Amino acid sequence: MKRRDFLKTCTICGVAASLGSSRQAWGVSFEGYPDRMGVLADLTRCVGCRSCEAACNREQQLPAPSLSFDDQSVFEDKRRPTEWAYTVVNRYETKKEAGPVYRKIQCNHCNEPACLTSCLVNAYTKTKEGAVIYNPKVCIGCRACMVACPFSIPGYSYTSAFDPVVKKCLFCYDTRLKYGKSPACVDICPQEALTFGHLSDLIKIGHERIREMPDKYVDHIYGEKEMGGTGWIYLSGVPFDQVGFDTTLGNEPIISNVKDFLGFIPMVLTIWPALFSGFRLLATNGKNHLNLDSKQEDAEP
Amino acid sequence: MIVERSLLIGILLPIIFVFSPTNGIGQPPPDFVTIDSLMQYYERVNFDHAKHVGMSTDCAQCHHHTTGTAGENTNCRRCHKDSGSTPVVACRGCHAGKPFSAEAIKQSRLITTAYHKDKPGLRGAYHQSCRKCHVENGGPTECQGCHARNKEGDRLFNAAKDDRKLK
Repeated sequence: MKRRDFLKTCTICGVAASLGSSRQAWGVSFEGYPDRMGVLADLTRCVGCRSCEAACNREQQLPAPSLSFDDQSVFEDKRRPTEWAYTVVNRYETKKEAGPVYRKIQCNHCNEPACLTSCLVNAYTKTKEGAVIYNPKVCIGCRACMVACPFSIPGYSYTSAFDPVVKKCLFCYDTRLKYGKSPACVDICPQEALTFGHLSDLIKIGHERIREMPDKYVDHIYGEKEMGGTGWIYLSGVPFDQVGFDTTLGNEPIISNVKDFLGFIPMVLTIWPALFSGFRLLATNGKNHLNLDSKQEDAEP
Repeated sequence: MIVERSLLIGILLPIIFVFSPTNGIGQPPPDFVTIDSLMQYYERVNFDHAKHVGMSTDCAQCHHHTTGTAGENTNCRRCHKDSGSTPVVACRGCHAGKPFSAEAIKQSRLITTAYHKDKPGLRGAYHQSCRKCHVENGGPTECQGCHARNKEGDRLFNAAKDDRKLK
C-alpha cells in the first residue's frame, strides 16, 4: 500500500512540475513593433523658439496659456508637462560658449512603457505606429502611471472635480500618426531639431551624425537603450545630465523589476497544490488522523 | 581704335561671363529671391540675395557645389570636388518642402544607395544654414528678424490677445 501511494504521489508531482516548467513562454522576447515610428531630437539645433509648444497647443486643442508662446521668461523655471501643455521646452545654462541648451520635454513613447505596465485598468496602449496612447474614458485617475513614469511625464487634470484623468502627449496619434503623418511639433520646428521617421532608421541617422561630427555631439543617443528603449531619442552637444536627463535609469524597462517574480505565479499555482498534497500523503501514509473510516485497520488489539 | 575696343569687349565680356558664378545653364545670380514657403504663419520674405553675394567669398558657402565651386568642407570634397554646377541652384531644388510626409519617408526607405540620408528639408536647410551664419557673423537671429508673423501666426503664438480666452 505504501509503495503504491508513494509512486502515485511521485507521478503526480512529476507531471505537475513538467506542466509548470513548460509555461516559461515568456522566454519568447518581443522586440517591439518593427515599423514603429520615432523622433530624433537634436539638442544642438533647438533654439528655444517654442513653436513646437504652440503647434501642440493648437493640434490638441489645449486651452490658451496665460503667457504667449513668444514669452522667454518661462525659461527662468524648469517646467514639466501638465494637463494644459503636453510638451514644454526648458533652457539649461552650460559651460559651453555656444550658449544655453534648450530641451523639448514630452512623452518618450517607450518601447515597454512604465505607464502601461503600471496601469490598473489597462487604459494605455502601445500602438504599432509607436505611439503610447491612453483611453481617458477607461482611466480611473489613480495616477499610478505618474508614479511609475521614470521621466515624470503624465500630467493630470487636477482642476477637474468629477472626472480627473491623466493627460499626456499622444504623438498626435488620432490626428496624424495613424495616417502616417508626422506630429505637429515636428512639422513646425524651423530648425528641424526634430526628425521624424522609422525608429530603426533614426537610430542609424543619430549614430551617423555622431560619427561625422564627433566634436559636436556626445557619443551617446539617449533613449536608444534607456528603460528598454524609447520612441523619442536624443542627441546632445553636452553631457546629458547637464541638461536635465536622468542618466541613472539603466536599460531595463520598469516591468523587469517584477517580471521574474510575477512569472513564477502560474507555476506556483500548478505545482504547489500537487506538491504539498504529495507531501501530506507521504507524511500521513495516506491515512486520516481521525481514523474514522479505517477504524478496523488501526484498532488497538 | 574702335575695332580694338570692340574686339576687347567681344573677347573680354564672354570670358567674364563664363567665369562669373552662374548655375549650370549659365544664368547669373538673382538680386532678390522671394521665399514664400512659410506663408501660413509668416509673411513672404524678399531675401536680398545680391547683398549676401557681396558679403560672401564663395557661392559654395550656401549653395554647396551647385554653382560650380567645390567649397571647403573636406567631407564634401571627398566626392564632390569635381562635381561642377547643376541646373537648379535654388535651395528648394534639393531640399524638400515636406521632408516628413508619409510619401517622403516611404521614398527614403526605398532608396538604399543614397549617401545623403539625413538631408534636411527646406525649412531646416534655411534655418540651419542662414541662422548659423547670422549667429556667427552678425545678422538677425530672432524669428521675426527675418520674417514677420502674420495674423494667423499671431493667433498660433497667442500674441493676439483677442483670440481664445486666457487660462
